[in-house]
Amino acid sequence: METASYDILIIGGGGAGLRAAIAVAEDHPGASVAVVSKVYPMRSHTVSAEGGAAAVIRPGDSLDAHAYDTVSGGDWLCDQDAVELFVREAPEEMLRLEHWGCPWSRTADGHVAVRPFGGMKNERTWFAADKTGFHMLHTLYQTTLKHSPLAFLDEWFVTRLLVEDGRCQGAVAIELATGRIGALLAKAVILTTGGCGRVFAYTTNANIKTGDGMALAYRAGVPLKDMEFIQYHPTGLPFTGILITEAARAEGGFLLNKDGYRYLQDYDLGKPEPKPVLRSMELGPRDRLSQAFVKEMEKGRTIKGVYGEVVHLDVRHLGETVIDAKLPFVRELCRKYENIDPVHEMIPVRPVVHYMMGGVHTDNDGATPLAGLYAAGEVACVSINGSNRLGSNSLTELLVFGARAGAAAARYAAETPPLSSSILAQALEEERRLEELRRAAGGERVATLRTAMQQAMEGGAGIYRDEPGLRVTAARIGELRQRCGRISLDDRSLTFNTELVAVLELSNMLDVAEAMIHSGLERRESRGAHQRTDYPRRDDERFLAHSLAFRREGGAPRIEYLPVAITRWPPGERVYGR
Amino acid sequence: MAETISLQVQRYRPEQEAEPTWQSYEVPLRRDWMVLDGLNHVKDELDGTLSYRWACRMGVCGSCGMMVNGKPVLTCATYLSALAPGPIKIEPLRGFPVVRDLVIDQSDFVEKLRSVKPWIVRDEDKPLAEGEYLQTPEELAEYKPYSMCINCLLCYAACPIYALEPGFVGPAAIALAQRYNLDSRDDGEADRLEILSRHDGIWACTFVGECSAVCPKGVDPAGAIQRYKVSAAAGWWRSVLMPWGTR
Repeated sequence: METASYDILIIGGGGAGLRAAIAVAEDHPGASVAVVSKVYPMRSHTVSAEGGAAAVIRPGDSLDAHAYDTVSGGDWLCDQDAVELFVREAPEEMLRLEHWGCPWSRTADGHVAVRPFGGMKNERTWFAADKTGFHMLHTLYQTTLKHSPLAFLDEWFVTRLLVEDGRCQGAVAIELATGRIGALLAKAVILTTGGCGRVFAYTTNANIKTGDGMALAYRAGVPLKDMEFIQYHPTGLPFTGILITEAARAEGGFLLNKDGYRYLQDYDLGKPEPKPVLRSMELGPRDRLSQAFVKEMEKGRTIKGVYGEVVHLDVRHLGETVIDAKLPFVRELCRKYENIDPVHEMIPVRPVVHYMMGGVHTDNDGATPLAGLYAAGEVACVSINGSNRLGSNSLTELLVFGARAGAAAARYAAETPPLSSSILAQALEEERRLEELRRAAGGERVATLRTAMQQAMEGGAGIYRDEPGLRVTAARIGELRQRCGRISLDDRSLTFNTELVAVLELSNMLDVAEAMIHSGLERRESRGAHQRTDYPRRDDERFLAHSLAFRREGGAPRIEYLPVAITRWPPGERVYGR
Repeated sequence: MAETISLQVQRYRPEQEAEPTWQSYEVPLRRDWMVLDGLNHVKDELDGTLSYRWACRMGVCGSCGMMVNGKPVLTCATYLSALAPGPIKIEPLRGFPVVRDLVIDQSDFVEKLRSVKPWIVRDEDKPLAEGEYLQTPEELAEYKPYSMCINCLLCYAACPIYALEPGFVGPAAIALAQRYNLDSRDDGEADRLEILSRHDGIWACTFVGECSAVCPKGVDPAGAIQRYKVSAAAGWWRSVLMPWGTR
């Protein structure tokens, strides 16, 4: 078996991984670093982020205001110490990206422009038209290319973390092009693999968002935190789930029901004004807007589409000039994928799964409870997002915490003893498992199981949940896990075997789904994105706490709770539009 | 589903066969399905052995470029119905070694990207504490179109020079070099011109502009190449006319 050794192994080549890699390369130039990713870095899902990245830069705005918006947006489940350092470090991180060449949109005098965003009281969202994630990712990737000691293992799929003597010491991965299996040994490992939207049927997420890093950590005994909190973005295209950015509403777009009525006014989100009002109506937080859609549907006031119920997002009144300047990608996506022109027509939209507030449990340096293992970006849960992330905080998060995790991992690697000699035995065991899997002939098809999982999750773990629905889904997921053990592959070849990858991804998603369902069952309250119709109120007495799901072999995970860090903002009411 | 369309897909499984072969699949012809949805139907329902890349399905990750009826396109942005009644011929992007089925080897491109120094080069760095580099919307507009490249490689598949001369740095990499050359924050133009001038391929490039015609993001690499030739020629004339002059 082939082996390679690094000081630091970064798993995932999106925004967080690349930021971590640069942090190590700049501050610890002697350290050897490899970025291993199942896709070429510029294909990573950061590329699809549209609206922008939040950081205080304007006079009149303040770090406290950004922190308060974030904490109240998260329904007080955010760790306030983490939020405070996040908002403090955000402006410098964003500036750094500007110095690296990110093509931020500008004001006439040449300063970086900012736009309003949902749940934010001030304008603080930096943007590169409506392709912010694309430009950030390419800027980061191109910047990493100047650090030549950085090794890229492109299109290698990591299947297992190597843990010995109580610390993470690398990973096993398959090179897709050849099928060869390698042991990638490292003194420190950083997970930056992003989210897992593909667990659900309708999602803005790319096909590659399958919770790989979450499952790797979970199987290594690291708890997954706050997994019951799944963000539905209120405006996705109905068939494809393609994201229509919140910036469309920030620029002044309306959400309308079948009567052309701005229905958000009926859901305690403020009064309709012709111009966008911050923290009001269409600029309310995503959880509340997605919940309002469901209520509106129950009242029979949504519009029947080919792919289920929709409402309309109307940007026609903004006019072609504004749309082309501020929302060119929205127009491109609507024309290409929905055959409509938003300059002249309303856009049919529905809530679609977008983002995981939960993830691998870390501290403020990205350190997990497992020595040597770090995580940053969507795969991690620090938590700055609480029970509902505000739009434009996640792109900033991957910079701030990507850099912190990179620095912390480099410090750890510098003072860590050599790797355990017995580590290769584990790698060989994993190689045998993968060899067997490639020849599996149990009769089940990967696409069938994947579709069943997505439907089960959409049915029982969607915007509103209750105990019976969650129980049914838990049983269903358990049964699908059994069936996944009896999988068959059509493709037994070594060369670029995407079916083998799909099976490994499915098994990752099923583990992640299990953590979501059981965390959701145990949280008998409604908070942010987790709405229980059988427990409709927030219960700070019992649940002002993060859930931690620990994997148990052959059974439901064990759920523990960890108190939320409250520094300056005691739990209060979330007020929007009044 | 009454209506279907036939996909004729080029297969290549190096462990089994020395040469590519063709395989035909019937897939539903749905109004809102792209070519990629057709391939996914094959993969999920008909034949799990078919290999290809895809990720975002919204035309921004650059993974799913293929030759469809002889033209390089993003399969996530090409409707099946636009190619009805078919059959639709699907091949890997032209000009690259094929790894398997519709999967090409793009490692050469990544090296070319790195070779043009696609990052901000400064004579002197401004400290972060002094804030952002000012850049007016007009200055941004100078390079912005060249920053829209998604690295999908359609332009390489269309490029007659790259097909003959694999050493040619190629349309997307040259466009990216120009993206940084034209950025008001950058001082690296001289370095990059020197790098580009090492490759003869660029002078063989005609004005035909196949690369720009196939670009799904309107980047216009052909325009970037012509601009490069003008700068390079001007640099040469300067060196002849003002041998002691400043660059």
